[in-house]
Amino acid sequence: MVLNRMFFEEPWHEVERIQNEMNRLFNSRLSRGRLAYPAVNVWNDSEKVIVTTELPGYDPQKIDLSILNDELVIRGKREPEKSGDDIQIHRQERPIGDFERTVALPYRVDSEKVDAHYEKGVLTITLPRAESDKPRKISIKSK
Amino acid sequence: MATDKTSVQKREADTREVAERTRSGKVFIPAVDIFETNEAIFLIADMPGVDEKSININLEKNVLTIEGKVQHYEPEKMELAYAEYNVGDYQRSFNLSDSIDQDKIDATIKDGVLSVKLPKAEPAKPKTISVKTK
Repeated sequence: MVLNRMFFEEPWHEVERIQNEMNRLFNSRLSRGRLAYPAVNVWNDSEKVIVTTELPGYDPQKIDLSILNDELVIRGKREPEKSGDDIQIHRQERPIGDFERTVALPYRVDSEKVDAHYEKGVLTITLPRAESDKPRKISIKSK
Repeated sequence: MATDKTSVQKREADTREVAERTRSGKVFIPAVDIFETNEAIFLIADMPGVDEKSININLEKNVLTIEGKVQHYEPEKMELAYAEYNVGDYQRSFNLSDSIDQDKIDATIKDGVLSVKLPKAEPAKPKTISVKTK
């Protein structure tokens, strides 16, 4: 029994553990690569949804928000800081160009009452829940 | 022209190299662009959530350190449905060469983007020497 465990069960467990670890590493690498830009944080309660995203250096006039049913689409464009022939670029880590991001919301929102503000490079969007989508309390009558 | 944005994620800073922090929370390395013109070297850093009051730039023995403190935002009584990014402070250091005129460094911050202008010192500028004939 002891031998069994040592030579059969234990090595197998070890293999399984290594495999799990490999999967975890591999998945986290993959999922990190797959994440859409820009990253968003989404908060919600029964009344509203708040979406925040970090968009440093964008012109708020050029950030486009649209809502269709329960999806929020954020589009934007960032121009390179400076360009010209006499410029030598040493490092370029900041993303430039167009982006489009679709965020699925937990429920339908009232697109007329959406409020968005841009401060210190952070965009905060507040989306109130549509009246028609709010849960309604139904009173039960008894005879 | 567009860079691959899918690979752009926040990198966490290794703060063990420098003095230990007394503030809790994560520290990130801001993404930077560095480019050079004939007159100066420009350093542009993405630091969303940082403004002129919460930024700190320090120059000590040719090491330029940029630090930004970010106020954590969390709406009250709301549930975080999903989180794709973390909020934290920023910190990054750069070695400057002697060719920088350290007295004339100029920095501005707007919409979470820090721009530092590092003017080149006079001797580093290319000089043309006119040759005269007798």
